[in-house]
Amino acid sequence: MCLAVPGKVVHLRDEDDTRMAEVDFGGVRKDVCLQYIPDVELGDYVIVHVGFAIQRLDESSARETLASFENLGYLEEEFGDQLALARRQAGMDEESTAGKGELP
Amino acid sequence: MKYLEEFSDPQLARRLLDQIHATVTRPWALMEVCGGQTHSIIRHGIDQLLPEGIEMIHGPGCPVCVTPLEIIDKALEIAAREDVIFCSFGDMLRVPGSKHDLFRIKSEGSDIRLVYSPLDALKIAKENPQRQVVFFGIGFETTAPANAMTVYQAERLGIENFSLLVSHVLVPPAIAAIMESPSCRVQGFLAAGHVCSVMGTREYPALAERFEVPIVVTGFEPLDILEGIRQAVVQLESGRHEVQNAYRRAVPEDGNPVAKEMLRDVFEVTDRAWRGIGSIPRSGWRLSERYRRFDAERRFAVADIHTDESSVCRSGEVLQGLIKPNECAAFGKQCTPRNPLGATMVSSEGACAAYYQYRRLDLLPAGASR
Repeated sequence: MCLAVPGKVVHLRDEDDTRMAEVDFGGVRKDVCLQYIPDVELGDYVIVHVGFAIQRLDESSARETLASFENLGYLEEEFGDQLALARRQAGMDEESTAGKGELP
Repeated sequence: MKYLEEFSDPQLARRLLDQIHATVTRPWALMEVCGGQTHSIIRHGIDQLLPEGIEMIHGPGCPVCVTPLEIIDKALEIAAREDVIFCSFGDMLRVPGSKHDLFRIKSEGSDIRLVYSPLDALKIAKENPQRQVVFFGIGFETTAPANAMTVYQAERLGIENFSLLVSHVLVPPAIAAIMESPSCRVQGFLAAGHVCSVMGTREYPALAERFEVPIVVTGFEPLDILEGIRQAVVQLESGRHEVQNAYRRAVPEDGNPVAKEMLRDVFEVTDRAWRGIGSIPRSGWRLSERYRRFDAERRFAVADIHTDESSVCRSGEVLQGLIKPNECAAFGKQCTPRNPLGATMVSSEGACAAYYQYRRLDLLPAGASR
């Protein structure tokens, strides 16, 4: 029951002075109360829990997060400690290689 | 649906996992607070893909599981009354009370109705003015705004035959209680994303500071969880303990100010018993004085309840992260989703149910027939 899922607002209406919406969850449509996000517009994505929109889904944050995943590791590969990276890839940690001295 | 598939992308998951593997130099124990996250972790096998030594301890964030036995017994007593239509979310139906469960008394003729939203219960109250309609209002901060709005609407629309059996619980006091426990092994937290969608993140820096523990606000899709784990281990490896938000698309720092205002109006903080854990000071909400007349416990003056917890079930230890579900002798034997001994085997967010649903073959002893 604690699940909250994103859905798209496809219809807006007022019922007993309460702002309601029909929200589409990938084909399943539900009535959702919008009182907690009063400025939602048609086509917005909201996060819905037990019939209430509790938050707007921020698309630009979502895209930024996904882009940050895409870039993860690239900077380290480019600018990081290449030897440490190679050691880790070879399954050797710092301790196991420490104290062995430099190869002649 | 928007941003469900994208946050399950296997290539990006691999990238995050590689980063976690590259970061970790020693064992760490992290707790995911929310039962929804537990299910995602077990369902996607995330715990098995992590570096050896990174342990996910499953937290108490299953509202169905921590609802105290006394409240379940009260629900059973109220629901059995002839003048009552008792409305509940589906997962409460099979939660064991001292003697039986709501499902049993429904089959014996009590008028128990499953609803998707508390507003559905209010509608039932409006359509049945001659009956008392009670909604079983449990849950964390995520669910509380829905129940608060329903009580507010009941008052506004004059629907006086509606009442709420309230047992709300709060995450931050539970984190404090876990950290204060002498048996605590948790070194970092994945905080429950949707709780923070409502409440924001400002309650957490004081906890991170006080217990010197990283807290990462985390979502529910596989990439969200991996990113939460990644940020937590990066902090641990560098000796930091801060609050980070790995679920920005759904969690603004302030949460939902409109919902928080409604919560302040309708509820007030109270001590709360957590099933399997015990009483935690100031860890719950009850109706405020202004709305107290909608409190079902008050309206029905439920008599003394003598609770009787199963002696076999170890769900309390599971909820505190002290044992994994399959370390309980009853798990998968006397205790199954069909015959649950504890709420953790019932709820879609319970750790025992997650282990049973996704790992049942692991439990059979070698050579057992499948």
